[in-house]
Amino acid sequence: MSDALDMEALLRSALVPVEPSEAMGDRLERGLSELTGAAAGELADWELGAMRDPRNWARPAAAVVVGGAAAGALVLVRARKHHRSRPARGLSALGHGLRGAADRLGRRLGA
Amino acid sequence: MEEDPDKRRRDREFTELYRAHLRDVYSYSYYRVGNHHDAEDLTEQTFLQAYRHFERAQRESHGRPLRPWLIRIAHNLAANYYRDRSRRPQTQLEDAAVVSAPHTTADLAEGREELQDVLEGVAKLPQDRREALIMRFALGMDNREIARAIDRSEGATKVLIHRAIRQLEQGLKEQDDE
Repeated sequence: MSDALDMEALLRSALVPVEPSEAMGDRLERGLSELTGAAAGELADWELGAMRDPRNWARPAAAVVVGGAAAGALVLVRARKHHRSRPARGLSALGHGLRGAADRLGRRLGA
Repeated sequence: MEEDPDKRRRDREFTELYRAHLRDVYSYSYYRVGNHHDAEDLTEQTFLQAYRHFERAQRESHGRPLRPWLIRIAHNLAANYYRDRSRRPQTQLEDAAVVSAPHTTADLAEGREELQDVLEGVAKLPQDRREALIMRFALGMDNREIARAIDRSEGATKVLIHRAIRQLEQGLKEQDDE
């Protein structure tokens, strides 16, 4: 029994929670803005030019989905910015990743 | 155009969810992929996907905590991530590198040998056992939460964790005996 307890204690010490880095708050917001902008731009283009071609429907549909998510996430970021008094620790993880998402979306939409 | 009040409420609740569980999702992602860059990508994708399905998840959760749902999204995305990018070539070696990758926290900075052995042992476990241990010890999830995240019964989850610890003990013992 004590072995099991020791092993659990060891596991607790070994598998520590990992904090996201703190360096990416700005990149997060920029990434979200790009993501939202890209989705909105794509929608506008589609409405103007591609409505008659069903082959084009998938891309703007993706833009709607991603744009919606990004807009929500942007609300999230701003809410967090306004409410927090300590450094934006957790946002940093999203920061880098959302920038990557913006890049990926850009590539997808531009393909 | 005025924003839908339901959407405002939902966004607020999603913000709370995000704040409460960012570290959990990030920790889980990190232990799955083994580096911060990919862990960040995985974390981001998890929250984007979670946002897209948040309304339905709330509806279907019947008030239960949503952390298992979030971790399950991360779990599924991690599986896709490896499949799509063929990034998991040498399972055991790659996994060992994954779990034993240096932490940014001070706890493991000195590379204590015993903990290193534990991490390497965890890396050698079958995936379901390894994940259960990550959820239990890195995220502090209880059996009920883990069961929801991995879609098993609570009883089966308890057995899974028990066996994972036993297997890990056995492996470390054998290593000591060598």
